[in-house]
Amino acid sequence: MYRNRPEFNEKMKELNFKPKSRLREFFGEMFIAVNAFVALIAIILIFVFIFKEAIPIFTDSEIREEVTLEKMTFKQEFYEGRDAKWSWQPNSEVPKYSLLPLFIGTLKAALIAMLFAAPLGIGAAIYSSEFANKRMREIIKPTIELLAGIPSVVLGFFALIILATFLQNTLGLTFRLNALNAGLALGLAVIPIVFTVAEDAMTSVPHSLREAATALGANQWQISFTVVLPAALSGISAGIILGFGRAIGETMIVLMASGNAAIVSTSLTDSVRTFSATIASELGEVVFGGGHYTVLFFIGSLLFVFTFIINLSGDMILTRIKSRFQGKIN
Amino acid sequence: MAVKSKMSDHKLIATNGLEFKPKNQGYFPRGLSFLAVVIIILMLAIILGNIIYGGAGTISLEFLSHPPENGMEAGGIFPAIFGTVFLVILMVIAVVPVGGFTAIYLHEYASPSSKITRLIRVAVNNLAGVPSIVFGLFGLGFFIAFIGGGLDSIFYKSEDPIWGQPAIIWASLTLALLTLPVIIVSTEEALRTIPNELKEASYALGGTKLQTITRIIIPQALPGIFTGSILAVSRGAGEVAPIMFTGVAYYLPYLPTKFNDQFMEMGYHIYVMATQSPDIEATKPILYGTILVLLILTFLLNFIAIYIRSSMRRKRATLQ
Repeated sequence: MYRNRPEFNEKMKELNFKPKSRLREFFGEMFIAVNAFVALIAIILIFVFIFKEAIPIFTDSEIREEVTLEKMTFKQEFYEGRDAKWSWQPNSEVPKYSLLPLFIGTLKAALIAMLFAAPLGIGAAIYSSEFANKRMREIIKPTIELLAGIPSVVLGFFALIILATFLQNTLGLTFRLNALNAGLALGLAVIPIVFTVAEDAMTSVPHSLREAATALGANQWQISFTVVLPAALSGISAGIILGFGRAIGETMIVLMASGNAAIVSTSLTDSVRTFSATIASELGEVVFGGGHYTVLFFIGSLLFVFTFIINLSGDMILTRIKSRFQGKIN
Repeated sequence: MAVKSKMSDHKLIATNGLEFKPKNQGYFPRGLSFLAVVIIILMLAIILGNIIYGGAGTISLEFLSHPPENGMEAGGIFPAIFGTVFLVILMVIAVVPVGGFTAIYLHEYASPSSKITRLIRVAVNNLAGVPSIVFGLFGLGFFIAFIGGGLDSIFYKSEDPIWGQPAIIWASLTLALLTLPVIIVSTEEALRTIPNELKEASYALGGTKLQTITRIIIPQALPGIFTGSILAVSRGAGEVAPIMFTGVAYYLPYLPTKFNDQFMEMGYHIYVMATQSPDIEATKPILYGTILVLLILTFLLNFIAIYIRSSMRRKRATLQ
């Protein structure tokens, strides 16, 4: 009926529908599908190409004379008669490739960052999702987005020039650039991640749970702390996990603010050198394909695998929450 | 008596062990969480205030339009601005179609529960979490050594590398991979706002799937793709680690004109000036000025993206 009307034909012409072509449909879908696989292929290529450059550590006899897995992990006696120690000095006469000082440095900076960022991020998320009125929320969220939008090189600059001087003067520190300074600046980059994931987890707690608590006579804060927080706990932990992944991998902030000294110590006010900063500061000067080059790619592989596991677990937690809240309760 | 105990049994089950004491108003946790907000806002204000205070005096037309002079202690940052813009334009050209089509595939073609879809989603989420320095390593190993070196050995017989060296094209492709998840996520958000009725209307008129996608879906998703591009640019313009080994240079006497030229970039400019300047006091005005320009650029882009996104959400709210 409708097809016989003139409006229909005009509409068809206007929308420019041509007769169907199966071939075009097929190639169109193929083209779109090929694009969709770019992300997957990219992840695989990153994995392959970074590991490929690190493999000589295990296979190439010439490089194995300079560096092996054992030399990177255990204490080494570099000169006769001296004590064995862990040392990262790739450019010295006897190159020293112990990864322990870098590992400690990375962990120190990341832990300080998390101690600083997790309470602030979660606290702000609690306030934003539980207590803030609409207008307050419209201030908080863009503020956090603004913080997230600051390039890490700018945060690094701030830590290097302003924060380091402030900390040294107020705490009377020996080293101007140290783990504390780098960790605090790193925390500024981590806060938005913790906040966003935690807030998302709390606001996605089904309304029926809140209503049930209200019906039982709970007031606003009792709802928040006995119902919403426990339900959102795994989401909040996912936020912490993802934030930790960012803290481990972040480069420019630690490169500029940490002092870059590879020392084995437990003090939080000593200078530190992290994995990421080591790659950034040394890759420019290495011999292509040499021992040092291979070790830097090995460190890159470690970073990749480590952040991959962290992101995967954070992701899995979030997916599980989503299916739980959407599947069973609603 | 018996009845009473039964009642309290019921109450126990109903509250599941939670006892609500009416007097506790929770002022302490409320105050504590509010304090967190105040601290964050205060820190942001200190950072921004410091940079605006330090940089506002430097920015002038001359600063924006002149090359650096006297070992970065005088002159402007025009080559760094030019390099940054060139870099992100190449990046957007590379990443937007790929990211847009990925989102369309995930939303329109793939079934949400299939293994492939889940695998792609896992890959996208993980790509967003790969450390930026690892992207730099990848750009060096894959784009420069493998692709560039491969091109050189196949097509050119000269001693000097032509493509197998750090260049703006490799830096922009590395950044494109880094920003791919940004485009995918924001395009998908836009795709979700398209009401099913539009698609159904297209099918009812005899449109095929591909026709529906090219004439209905893509035009409707354009604001989302645009938002994603802006966010990607703002992210890409600030990243330094991925481009350190793939093409950026601290000082070049010429502007990049070819794809295999090196380039200057604002973020890297900031990094080198802040860490390797022989006389930090002399470079400070230029340093602050560069940071302020970079911040204004990224914030402006972010504001535009946030505005478009919120108007898109409003539109969705009225449609549903």
